[in-house]
Amino acid sequence: MFSNSSNFVQGVDLSFAVILGISVIFLVGVTFVMIWFVIKYSRKRNPKASQIEGNNKLEIIWTVIPTILVLIMFYYGWMGYKPMREIPENGLKIKTYAQMWSWSFEYPNGKVSDTLVVPVDEPVILDLNSRDVIHSLYIPAFRIKEDVVPGKNNKMWFIGQETGNYNILCAEYCGDRHSYMLSKVVVVPEAEYTKWYNDTVSSDPPGLAVMKKNACLSCHSLDGSRIVGPSFAGLWNKEETILSAGKERKIIVDDEYIKKSLYNPGDDVVKGYPQGVMISYKNNITDKEITMIIEYLKTLKH
Amino acid sequence: MSNENNNTISFYETGKGIFSWIFTLDHKRIALLYLYSVATFFLVGATLGILMRLELLSPGSDLMHAKTYNQIFTLHGVIMIFLFIIPSIPAVFGNFFLPIMIGTDDVAFPKLNLLSWWLYIIGAMFALSTLLFGDGPADTGWTFYAPYSVKTGTNVSMAVLAAFILGFSSILTGLNFIVTIHRLRLPGMGWFQMPLFPWALYATSWIQVLATPIIGITLLMIIAERVIGIGLFDPALGGDPILYQHLFWIYSHPAVYIMALPAMGIVSELIPTFSHRTIFGYKAIAYSSMAIAFIGYFVWGHHMFTSGMSGDARVIFSVLTFLVAVPSAIKVFNWVATLYKGSIELKTPMLYALAFIFQFLIGGLTGLVNGALATDIHLHDTYFVVGHFHYVMFGGTGFAFIGALHYWFPKIYGKMYNEKIAKTGFTFLFTGFNILYFTMLILGIKGMPRRYYDYLPEFQPLHVIATVGSWILFTGLIIIIVNLIRSKRKGPAAPRNPWGGVTLEWQVPSPPPLQNFDKKPILSKKGPYDFK
Ligand code: HEC
Ligand SMILES: [Cu+2]
Repeated sequence: MFSNSSNFVQGVDLSFAVILGISVIFLVGVTFVMIWFVIKYSRKRNPKASQIEGNNKLEIIWTVIPTILVLIMFYYGWMGYKPMREIPENGLKIKTYAQMWSWSFEYPNGKVSDTLVVPVDEPVILDLNSRDVIHSLYIPAFRIKEDVVPGKNNKMWFIGQETGNYNILCAEYCGDRHSYMLSKVVVVPEAEYTKWYNDTVSSDPPGLAVMKKNACLSCHSLDGSRIVGPSFAGLWNKEETILSAGKERKIIVDDEYIKKSLYNPGDDVVKGYPQGVMISYKNNITDKEITMIIEYLKTLKH
Repeated sequence: MSNENNNTISFYETGKGIFSWIFTLDHKRIALLYLYSVATFFLVGATLGILMRLELLSPGSDLMHAKTYNQIFTLHGVIMIFLFIIPSIPAVFGNFFLPIMIGTDDVAFPKLNLLSWWLYIIGAMFALSTLLFGDGPADTGWTFYAPYSVKTGTNVSMAVLAAFILGFSSILTGLNFIVTIHRLRLPGMGWFQMPLFPWALYATSWIQVLATPIIGITLLMIIAERVIGIGLFDPALGGDPILYQHLFWIYSHPAVYIMALPAMGIVSELIPTFSHRTIFGYKAIAYSSMAIAFIGYFVWGHHMFTSGMSGDARVIFSVLTFLVAVPSAIKVFNWVATLYKGSIELKTPMLYALAFIFQFLIGGLTGLVNGALATDIHLHDTYFVVGHFHYVMFGGTGFAFIGALHYWFPKIYGKMYNEKIAKTGFTFLFTGFNILYFTMLILGIKGMPRRYYDYLPEFQPLHVIATVGSWILFTGLIIIIVNLIRSKRKGPAAPRNPWGGVTLEWQVPSPPPLQNFDKKPILSKKGPYDFK
C-alpha cells in the first residue's frame, strides 16, 4: 500500500486505511468486551444473573455513534472514488477490446497491441468494448477496475505515475480461460513511448496480423496444441468431421469452409468442440482480410 | 392426568414407515425431512469446496480441467445457496420450533408445508440432473450472468429451472410462517411476548414472499432467451446485460438477509439461555430485524459498482449500504450487553453463538469495505468478496445453524450429545474456518480475482494456507457430525429442559408429542425471557 503508481492509489489507500482502521478498532473492542464478560460473569464467578432488560440511553448511543462512523467511512470511500469518474477531456484515447480470452488495445494511429503501453504522467482514457460476454479490466496496482460490457461503452482512465510493468487481469468471470485473460500495462518514459508508438511496421505476415488483431490466437494455437478451438497447424486441406445442425458429415477445409467458420460459426461445428464459443466475425473481418488469413493458414504445416 | 395420555407418546411413534414421513403433515417431521436433505446437500457442497481448494493448492492444472473447475464452483454455489443456506434455518428449525415457541400445534397450512418440501426435492433433483446429460452442469457461477449464461453450451436452462422451483418452495415456507405468526399465537401472547427467533422468521418470511418472485421471472427470462432466442439480456440479440444484473440483485441482495436474519434470531435465543438472564434490548433487536428487512431492499446496486452504472446511482447505493449496517451493529451491541452480569455457561451452543458474533462482525465490517466506493472498485470480484460472504454466510449463518442443532438436539431427539467431543469439533471448525477465509481476505486485497482456475505464482503461499485451513475445517465437520449421529443412537436421555431455557419449547417433553404440548403452556407476564 501507499505506492504512487497511479493517480488514484493514494486516495483509495487512504480510504482503505480509514475504513480498515475503524473496523479493526471496532472488532477488537467488541471481541475484547465479549471475552471479558464471558470470564467475569461465568457461572462460577457469578452464579446469580441480574435481569437487566435494557437501557434506552445506551440504545441511542449505539445507534448514533455507528451511524456517524459509517457515514465517515462512506465519505472517504466516495472521495477516493470521485476522481475515477472525472474523466478528463484530453488524454491518450485507446480503444480497448475484450474478447474470450484476451485483451487488445487499439491506438489512435491504428496500431494494435496486446499489451497496454502508455507514457508516464499522461492521462490515458480507455474506451471499453467487448466482442462477446462481460469482462472486467482490472489493474490491481492502480486500484482500478471497470466492467467491459457488450453493447455498452464504459470508460475508465488513469495516469501512470511510475514507470514499470503492472498486471492486467480479467475480473468478471467469462468462461474456460477466464484466469488466463491476462495482460500488462507497461508505463514508459515519453520518448520511449513515442518510439514504440511510431513503430507500426509489423514483421508478421498480413494474415497473422489480422488474426492477432482479432485475438484468434487466444483460442486457436499455431503449433498443433489444443486451447479451446482446433489448432490452425495443418488445418488447410485437412479432412474434418463436422456437425451441421446435429448431423455428422466429413468435409475438406477450403476457402468456402473457412469463410463460413468465420461468418457463421454456429452452422458447422467441429466434432468434439463446443458450439457457441466462437462468435461471428461478420462485422469485424472483411473478405479481403479472410483471403489474407487463408493465405497464412496455407503456410502452417503440421 | 387422564386427559394427557394421548399426548405423551412422541411424534416419532405416531406412525411408522417411509410413507408416514414423506407424506407427513406434522411440522416436526417435515422439519426433520428438511434437516436430512439440507445436511446432505451441505456435505455435497462442502466436498465440492474441498475439491476446489485442492485444485488451487498449486498454480497450473492439477486435478481437473478449467471447465470442470468452473462447473464445480457453480454447483458449489447453487447447492450452498439454494439447497442449503436459504432453506436451512427457517425450513428446519423454523418448522420445528416456530409453532412450539408461539404455543400452537402446527403451522397454519400443513399441506402447503409438505408441498414446499416436495418442491424442494424436485428442485434439487432438477439441479442434480444437470450432471447427467449434455455438456454437464452450468459453468456460469451461481449468479448466471448474461450474456455468458445465454451463450454457454452447458445445462444452464435446467439449473435455472431448478432455482425457479426452489424459489417456490421458499415462498411457500415464508407464506406459511407469516400466517402462522399472525393467526396462531397462543392466546395472551402479544407481538412483544413473542421470542426473538419467531420475530426473525417473521421478517425473513416477508422477504421470501416479496423478493423471490422477482428472481423467478428473471430466471424464466434466461430460459426464454436460451431456448427461443428472444433478446432480453444478450446485446447480440438486442438485450441489455445490465438489466439482468439489476433484476438478479433486486432479489439476491434481500436474499442475503433471508440467510442472515434467521441466524440472528438463533443467536438471540442462545445468548439469554446460556447467560441465564433476560435479553438486553428486546425491542431494539426485534425492530432492527424489521429495519434490516426493509432497508435491505434498496441496496442491491452495491453488487454493480463496476458495471458502468451512473456515478450518482453508485453514491446512493453506497450510502444505503452503510445505513443497513447500523441495525446489525445494534443487534451485536445488545447481544454483548446481554452477557453483562449474566451467569454464563460455555456450553457448545454458546460457543457457536460467540463465534457467530466474532465472525459475523468480520463479515459485516468487510462488507463496509466493499460498500465504500473507492475500496470496492479495487476489491470487487476478488477473493476479498469471497472471504467476506463466507464470513457472513458460513461464519454467521452456518455457525448459527450448527449451534442451533446442538442447542435443540436434546429437544428434537430426546438425547444429550457428547459435550467434550462437540467442543473438539467446534475448535477444529473455528480454527479451520478462520484460516481458510481470513486468508481469502488478504488474497483479495492483494488483487487475486475470484473464479480463477489458475493464478499467478506470487499468490501461491496464501493459497496453500487457505487449502490447509479447508482441511482443518472439514475435519471439524466430520467430528461434529459423527458425534451427533452417535449421540442420537447412544446418548443419555434428555430432560425436558436441559439448559434452563424459558421459551415455550422447554415446557414440552423431549422429544415432543404429536400435538406438541402435553399440558397447557405457561406464559410469563414479563415477556419471553423471564428468568426471574
Ligand atoms: C473464444 C474462442 C475463439 C476465438 C476467439 C476464435 N475461435 Fe475459431 N473456433 C473456436 C472453437 C471452439 C471452434 C470449434 C467449434 C466450431 O467449429 O464452431 C472454432 C472453429 C474455428 C474454425 C474451424 C476449424 C476446424 O478445425 O474446422 C476456424 C477456421 C476458426 N475457428 C477460425 C478462427 C479465426 C480466424 C478466428 C479469429 C478471427 C477465430 N477462429 C477466433 C473458438 C474460437
Ligand atoms: Cu474475461
